[in-house]
Amino acid sequence: MPGKIRVSTIVNGEDKEFLCEPYQTLLEVLRDELKLTGTKEGCSNGNCGACSVILNGLLVNSCLVLAAEAEGGRIETIEGLRAPEGLHPIQQAFLENAALQCGICTPGFIMAAKGLLDKNPSPTEAEIRHWCAGNLCRCTGYDKIVRAILDAEHRMTVQG
Amino acid sequence: MGSIRAPEKEYKVIGTRPVRHDGEDKVTGRAVYGADVQLPGMLYGKVLRSPYAHARIKSVNTRKAEALEGVKAVVTAADLPDPGDRSANMGELGEVPLKYMSRNVLAADKVLYHGHAVAAVAATSPQIADQALKLIKVDYEVLPPVMDVLQAMRGRPALLHEDLFMDELGKKASQPGNIASHNQFRKGDVAKGFAAADYTLEREYRCATVHQGYIEPQAATAMWNADGQLTLWCTTQGAFTMRGAVHQILGIPLSRLKVIPTEIGGGFGGKIPTYGEAVAALLSRKSRRPVKVVMSRAEVFMATGPTSGSYVKLKMGVTKEGRIVAAEATLVYEAGAYPGSIVGAGGVCMFAPYNIENTTIDMYDVVVNKPKTAAYRAPGAPNSEFATESLIDEFCEMLHVDPLEFRLKNAAREGDLQSHGVPHPKIGFIETVQAARNSEHYRSKLTGSYRGRGVASGYWGNVGLTSSASARVNGDGTVTLREGSVDIGGTRTSIAMQLAEVLGISAYDVIPSVADTDSIGYTEVTGGSRVTFATGWAAYEAAESIKRQMTQHAAEMWKVSPDAVLYEDGRMRVADDDSKQITFKDLARSLYDKGVDVGARVTVTPQGVGGAFATHIADVEVDPETGKVTVLRYTAVQDAGRAIHPSYVEGQMQGGVAQGIGWALNEEYVYNDAGQMLNASFLDYRMPTSLDLPMIETIIVEVPNPGHPFGVRGVGEVPIVPPQAALANAIYRAVGVRLRDLPMSPPRVASALEAKS
Repeated sequence: MPGKIRVSTIVNGEDKEFLCEPYQTLLEVLRDELKLTGTKEGCSNGNCGACSVILNGLLVNSCLVLAAEAEGGRIETIEGLRAPEGLHPIQQAFLENAALQCGICTPGFIMAAKGLLDKNPSPTEAEIRHWCAGNLCRCTGYDKIVRAILDAEHRMTVQG
Repeated sequence: MGSIRAPEKEYKVIGTRPVRHDGEDKVTGRAVYGADVQLPGMLYGKVLRSPYAHARIKSVNTRKAEALEGVKAVVTAADLPDPGDRSANMGELGEVPLKYMSRNVLAADKVLYHGHAVAAVAATSPQIADQALKLIKVDYEVLPPVMDVLQAMRGRPALLHEDLFMDELGKKASQPGNIASHNQFRKGDVAKGFAAADYTLEREYRCATVHQGYIEPQAATAMWNADGQLTLWCTTQGAFTMRGAVHQILGIPLSRLKVIPTEIGGGFGGKIPTYGEAVAALLSRKSRRPVKVVMSRAEVFMATGPTSGSYVKLKMGVTKEGRIVAAEATLVYEAGAYPGSIVGAGGVCMFAPYNIENTTIDMYDVVVNKPKTAAYRAPGAPNSEFATESLIDEFCEMLHVDPLEFRLKNAAREGDLQSHGVPHPKIGFIETVQAARNSEHYRSKLTGSYRGRGVASGYWGNVGLTSSASARVNGDGTVTLREGSVDIGGTRTSIAMQLAEVLGISAYDVIPSVADTDSIGYTEVTGGSRVTFATGWAAYEAAESIKRQMTQHAAEMWKVSPDAVLYEDGRMRVADDDSKQITFKDLARSLYDKGVDVGARVTVTPQGVGGAFATHIADVEVDPETGKVTVLRYTAVQDAGRAIHPSYVEGQMQGGVAQGIGWALNEEYVYNDAGQMLNASFLDYRMPTSLDLPMIETIIVEVPNPGHPFGVRGVGEVPIVPPQAALANAIYRAVGVRLRDLPMSPPRVASALEAKS
């Protein structure tokens, strides 16, 4: 069996090096090695989006990325979203729109919303629904989540 | 979002929409859920599951697995104490034979469903644990599976339990079978009722087995210390219920077991039973290390409680004036591998919205080779009310009556006797129908081909049960509130708001948290739509006690009688003496400085449960080629009694609707002939995504429940009841086919359209 692989990454703006087995996913390493448990595991086969993170500017299911593939990459997780001066507008919009109930899908949805708004600052409701179709929520019926993302969009436009 | 408020009382906190107290933790990733628990030296537990739906276990050999490097413990049912014939008191679930609970955790002599747990391993990594599972050798004698309730009841099917004798209307059957029980509700005289009917229809309805579909898989971490003290961190709907179950399955004293509930990523009834918690404990005892057992998604589907698939036969008689005069139903529900479906609730709810003089309901609980069913949001009610609400729509069509007018004509009122002989308390069914009728949605015109509008109503009884809260006044004038109810959807806040209302302080000046089983009084599960009702009541009582204590202290300070102190809006004062007034905060500070502790511990078991009614309107479009149904517009109307935090009431309504739509249109367990589940993933078990749903409009009606200090009824469950029939009725009006089997998936709709043409 080959030994562990040394991987250098930037996680939430900080240099992070870790050792991983060749078969370990980015999700496993984030949660078990780097102790960033804000990224959730709902299915481990890319169907629920609870493990959504942004890798090199691209929204990914971290359960479908091998940790070794992150070599040299920039990873953004839910833990890195809050700025020192306060919550990110998407986080604030989720709170004020009551867009979470149990909250397990919330980190994934917030990262998915960030992935969308980074690319498209003014998505329509239909675009939001299409983009977020890879993230499952079983509590809210998506209504308040979609509204929160529309609200975040507005907040971010106002804040510039 | 509409709201029809009861005007008689003005509240300052109740009815507002504060940001939930645990919100920031949950949007920043800080909140600790079941699988997030990490302990020093922790091992990873994995469970070996049966590849067969029905088989006898001839032998289990774990020797090779035990020898694998990195494996620290292997357990089987042989590690569990013999449950004998004892029964376990499971609170809301009643008396459950311990052997069924124990055997479901780890199979002993037989496996009864594909995915049934047989053995478990704890190892230093999840990968080693997986390898070890492959080294366990189980010798099975495969038996024919029994997958359908009617097949299970008729002829000579294989027996799941050789010692299961049907309880037939209170008498024990002489031969073993797969029917666990037959119960009946009778009211009036159905023969007389049908004789008076001008029209009689009889139909059969089927529901597929469906899953709660919470996004967080079950996860449990156990630490069994050398001193015999067991600590269990787990994602559960009821820490005390879990403690009780594990205590009985493992045969250890209750006092040696502490359950620390983590945040919970959805439950919907499915996180009440015990699965890996007892296994993690056994592995921890054997390995002397903390052990975490987290289920995979496939395990969640294959081995945790789906809700009952069902067969319902319903006959109704209606006069030409549109009065329902008789109804007769047979309900056959899957219990899964062990007895105990929720068919009784299906019977109770089935006709509850209507005042029908003559009803008979026969209810059968039948075991099949599927996972033991668990509660799922208004458990049992969607299956039976789908039948009622669908058949009513056929009568409306036959009589050319508006379906909401028909419901108003037959609506149950306070005092009307329900099918099981209990009179309705004050209820708000009529108000939901009227609000639906007056809604912009219902008054709007739906145009276009292959489009139709359907309506349906629904009922769920809600429950009360025991709840505890404790509160302490802090030196800065805030109040720390500890409660026994796990918070799945914002109940920390809806409970805190009730305390804040009484004390006249801001919701943000209450700091709520969920306590472990050593730190709070007994509290039943988060289920039955009971938390805001019952735990809210406990918080209300705690606040009243604190108010009395504060008033007393103010009286002592001012040397007046406590009766002379008025408490208003978070201030105490003496009438006609402006020099004697103090805010709650200032008094709290002064008492704290003097070392005076002000607090309260309350446990309540409220009796005044108020039932919940809902009426829904659905517009759909059917693709005539593929059979795909698109929901164009949806409105849910519901009597909340009192909406403490309207955003979370709306959220419950919207979430229930979404689950109901999934149940109606797509979700089902798919099995092959060998009884193996074929779709144990989120890709193949198709739950609604954001793309599948429109915005879900809500209208909250408030007919206060006189059995609660603020009028709360409980809102979580009833919204899953009407969607199935609302959509079936809408599909009929769109394309002229009546679908009576759920789900109304594209192939089913397409073949019904083909059969019609």
